[in-house]
Amino acid sequence: MAQSRTPMEDAMRAKITESLKPTTLEIFNDSHLHSHHKAMQGVTSKETHFRVIITSDAFKSTRMQIARHRMIYSLLKDEMAQEGGIHALQLTTRTPEEEERQRQKQAAEES
Amino acid sequence: LLTSSQIRLLSTETRQAIDKAVSTSPVVLFMKGTPETPQCGFSRASIQILGMQGVDPEKFTAFNVLEDNELRQGIKEYSEWPTIPQLYVHKEFVGGCDILMSMHQDGSLAQMLEEKGVLVAAE
Repeated sequence: MAQSRTPMEDAMRAKITESLKPTTLEIFNDSHLHSHHKAMQGVTSKETHFRVIITSDAFKSTRMQIARHRMIYSLLKDEMAQEGGIHALQLTTRTPEEEERQRQKQAAEES
Repeated sequence: LLTSSQIRLLSTETRQAIDKAVSTSPVVLFMKGTPETPQCGFSRASIQILGMQGVDPEKFTAFNVLEDNELRQGIKEYSEWPTIPQLYVHKEFVGGCDILMSMHQDGSLAQMLEEKGVLVAAE
């Protein structure tokens, strides 16, 4: 089997899917937007900055964003700790109800 | 050269230093760079949000983690949060840039800062 060129993204997708059974999971790789930054000099990985949108019933356990984000950070502890691993994660964490409410709000604003 | 796994444990000294840092002002931001010259887009966005919210500069302190590697690693262990910037209000961890942005957009940040009395007084 060919080696994946996106090991970080694959790991994220696998871990989040297994642990949270999300109804929505979108992963955007924004690394190219930051690759010229000083902090990224000498980093060869193309998987440093991600935006992740997750909708899951698992987030019903808390309305606190911090607690939800901590859930994700602890899943991805290894990937974030490694040299040249994930450097930044922008997270949107919602329950299915919250996602639906926002969708309706946006639809109302656009009509 | 210490690897990140060796810097896992927070020394008493570092913990005390950070305890002191988060007590410096009612609003404390650990960021990359300074408020005048942020060195990272997420830090810049956080400073801008606090500015827009009208946080009283007299009640605000920013710490530049790029100047202090022990702080940079220590704050992540202390907050149990892997990224910077990090906002503390009255010694309580509030969140990073994406949390600040969503709280800014839904009005909950304005409400919290008002309740904590850290905004510039209205004329």
